[in-house]
Amino acid sequence: MFLWPPLPVVLPLFTAAFVAAAGPYLPRKLVDAITLGTAAAVMAVCCLLTLQSSGSAIVYWFGAWVPYGHFPIGVAFVIDPMGAGMAAFVAFLVMAAFTFSWQYFDDVRTLYHSLMLIFLAAMCGMCLTGDIFNMFVWFELMSAAGVALCGYHADETGPLQGAINFSVMNTLGAFLSLSGVAMLYSRTGALNFAGIEVALQRQEHLGVFLPIVFIFVIAGFLVKSAAFPFHFWLDDAHAVAPTPVCILFSGVMVELGLFAAARVYYSVFAIALLPWLPALRTLFLAVGATSAIVGGLMAFGQRHLKRLLAFSTISHMGVMILGFALFTSTGLAGTALYVLGHGLVKGALFVGAGILLNRFQSVDEFALQNVGRQMPKTAIIFILGAVGLAGMPPFATYFGEAAIEHSGTQAGLPWISIVIMLSGFLTAGAVLRVAGRVFFGWGEKPTGESRAPRIDLKREMQGQKSKTPPTMWLPAAVMLIIAIALGWFTPLRQAILRDATWFRNTRGYVAAVLHGSAGGPGQYHVPVPHAMPGMHIGGVWMPDMWREVITLALAALLAAIALFPYAIGRRAGTALRHGAALAMRPLHAIHSGKIGDYVAWFTVGIAALAGYLALRR
Amino acid sequence: MTTYAYVVAAWLFAIGLFGIVTSKNLVHMCLCLTVVQASTYLLLTGVGYRPGGTAPIFVNLPAGAPIVDPVVQALMLTDIVVETTVVALMLALTVQIHKKTGNCDPNATTALQG
Amino acid sequence: MKLRLTLFGLGICGLVALYGTVIAHMPGPGKMHSPYSRAINKLCVPQRHVTDAVTAVNFDYRGFDTLGEEFILFASVMGTLVLLREAAENKGPLSGDSASEPRNVRPTEAVRVTALALVGPTVVFGVYVVTHGQLTPGGGFQGGVVLATAPLLVYLADDFKTFKRITSHALIEISEAVGGGMYAVIGAIALVLSRPYMTNVLPLAQSGGIASGGIIPLISIATGLEVAAGFVLLLYAFLQKTLAERESS
Repeated sequence: MFLWPPLPVVLPLFTAAFVAAAGPYLPRKLVDAITLGTAAAVMAVCCLLTLQSSGSAIVYWFGAWVPYGHFPIGVAFVIDPMGAGMAAFVAFLVMAAFTFSWQYFDDVRTLYHSLMLIFLAAMCGMCLTGDIFNMFVWFELMSAAGVALCGYHADETGPLQGAINFSVMNTLGAFLSLSGVAMLYSRTGALNFAGIEVALQRQEHLGVFLPIVFIFVIAGFLVKSAAFPFHFWLDDAHAVAPTPVCILFSGVMVELGLFAAARVYYSVFAIALLPWLPALRTLFLAVGATSAIVGGLMAFGQRHLKRLLAFSTISHMGVMILGFALFTSTGLAGTALYVLGHGLVKGALFVGAGILLNRFQSVDEFALQNVGRQMPKTAIIFILGAVGLAGMPPFATYFGEAAIEHSGTQAGLPWISIVIMLSGFLTAGAVLRVAGRVFFGWGEKPTGESRAPRIDLKREMQGQKSKTPPTMWLPAAVMLIIAIALGWFTPLRQAILRDATWFRNTRGYVAAVLHGSAGGPGQYHVPVPHAMPGMHIGGVWMPDMWREVITLALAALLAAIALFPYAIGRRAGTALRHGAALAMRPLHAIHSGKIGDYVAWFTVGIAALAGYLALRR
Repeated sequence: MTTYAYVVAAWLFAIGLFGIVTSKNLVHMCLCLTVVQASTYLLLTGVGYRPGGTAPIFVNLPAGAPIVDPVVQALMLTDIVVETTVVALMLALTVQIHKKTGNCDPNATTALQG
Repeated sequence: MKLRLTLFGLGICGLVALYGTVIAHMPGPGKMHSPYSRAINKLCVPQRHVTDAVTAVNFDYRGFDTLGEEFILFASVMGTLVLLREAAENKGPLSGDSASEPRNVRPTEAVRVTALALVGPTVVFGVYVVTHGQLTPGGGFQGGVVLATAPLLVYLADDFKTFKRITSHALIEISEAVGGGMYAVIGAIALVLSRPYMTNVLPLAQSGGIASGGIIPLISIATGLEVAAGFVLLLYAFLQKTLAERESS
């Protein structure tokens, strides 16, 4: 028990240092094997921790600094199944990325491996920590490694700008978070989540202090989770980052922003902010819905493949935020399932884009028209990916959506279903359109008005490879299979619902941290969860799936119209194209690629969120 | 005393943001980012201030002397390292952008528009 | 630009108002309620035999933060090397014929003498700061930065060639990694003895002595090594890049 909890962080950090020092003197294959092995070991440890912490939490005090008279003086990992499970998922995606990049990036020795391992350690730290400043440290470590990885192809302009935008936005968010931490400390004198929670209970006359500070503290996490209007950096960063890095950015890093916000909310603020709960719900529902729709529209408006997928991530993040914004166990469990499903599907799609980039040195939809006729595997990846994004059963995304929709309907918010359908409709439509054009050669050739692709990416692999090596498509296949298998696996859904319930149990959390024994799982009972929607009906099929069928059918229709606009008549087609272009113009305009605009949006966004809460006493 | 430090922290945060938004040079922008960061230093040390407090070095301290908060000072140390590294990374990016495009104007860069 | 300024103007007014509201709710001087600092101030000498409470927090009570912090530095040094690598590839090793190094102004004698005279004291002071963190303000981070200025002084006194000669690149890179890895390993010693990570396993010794604080001086030295090597690498990367640019233009 004293061995496992620190390993997900310490092991990759140590290996990163080792690889950085010894890498130049070791054969390349050995370095690849060591790093992949480390990620696998981290995943194994995290799975173990998930099982061990089931139904409660493992509290681990670093340096054996157990609380001094119930007051935490050290740094703690508080490992609950949600956190450990998330960390295991992180490690899994890192493994997928390492497999994809097997013998990849020969040029810079082993710095890539070091940075990826540090990235892994930072993300695991975010998942497991029980201390607000410790979380800030891992957040910053994640950003530092992420920025370096994002600008990896530093001999091109796009990646450099993407990395600058990424770095400035995340750093600003982190500074506001840190200010929030300092403000919170001034009233509570604590940094441990549970310690702050207890101290806040004793405080009087907090007034509007608390909601404002809450928004400040989660500002960095909101930026990371790409919630509208803090999302602008994300599509820039994804458009230019190397493919294996994109898998991690979209699959887990962005989701960790929401995870961290949820963790901070439920372990520190939930009880103290109870009077603001309706306002918080309105706020996050609005943010989630806007992200879902703006992301979806922008995704459909892209021809740069990676950027398209990045906007689709923004859209799906909106769905996850909706799940969190319901502030129910079922909603949160739905979000967790959705994170798994989306991460796997999106990872597979990025692998598909990476394969195209490697073969044809382009990720521009029009440049790639009809090149993929002899690539059935990649075509299947894209089509299945679109089906997964639309939330069709038995993909895990479906169960996530179903739970969120169910919880939304119960809360009297049926419009959530429509937003989720829209998100799936637009993003799946965009991916299907690309698949149709690239793999089947469908669609009109671009007319003169179309601009040349603006971001040129060099091929990422070294050497001429006319065939796609299996290490490239295999991760995608495995990810898609797991995304489907997770859906069939009923015990997992049951477990996630139980774990989400525990995650929301502020009092249980605080008791486990402050009164539990160091290192051992605390004995705190969790309320028995009610059944998850769709669980009792034979495991998978449930009557509600008509929504997803309609979504997918409409998405296919949308893709067809976009490919063949003149099939509905030349005049109608032209009108449609011009109308769509006109309607999209303001949206395109605000995604200007200029950091000054993004910071202005950040300022307005924070002021609006915190101001709304402050005024809604 | 402390309240005054807080007000300066707020001012630094705002003026730093203003600098970033209106910046015409990436190096200038990096420095504006450090101004925003300076606000967090001030806030942290301000929070730890005690009237008449001395540094938390326990050598020949009179008993019962007020001592400033060592925890926030430790946090600030971490914060300084974070700043250094962020600025190093951003300056490296800036050097490369200058090499590619010949200028450092964040508004001139349009590779990522739309 | 106009839209940007309008947006920003609105946002910043709101943000400042909110920040101000929070400040108004923060306790005034002398009313601060921090059980954390009271506990640390009370415990750090009896528990840890460390007279500098900030070091006790940094390297022990919250030492795990510092592990992450050290790797933030590590990651950004790696990142800077990655980002600036391209020049090194294209130009080949710059050191080869640095006789043609485009340094227009040779340093004057006054600069040379002063800088060289400062090198020795700087190194001594750096080592002192690294090893005395548990007693007085200082420790690995501060001392490491002081140490890293020594090669910079050599550069000031002479040129990049000498800077490169006294900082063997491979060795510095390895030192940096060793510094980072050592921190992780020192923490892991406790795991072998089935104690939680980063638990002190060494005798604490007499407070006020140089060996006091158990593993704290060791961690401090590891950090010092990492920070000094990391900053030398940063200086190296930027100097090399700048000189290469100047040469090509």
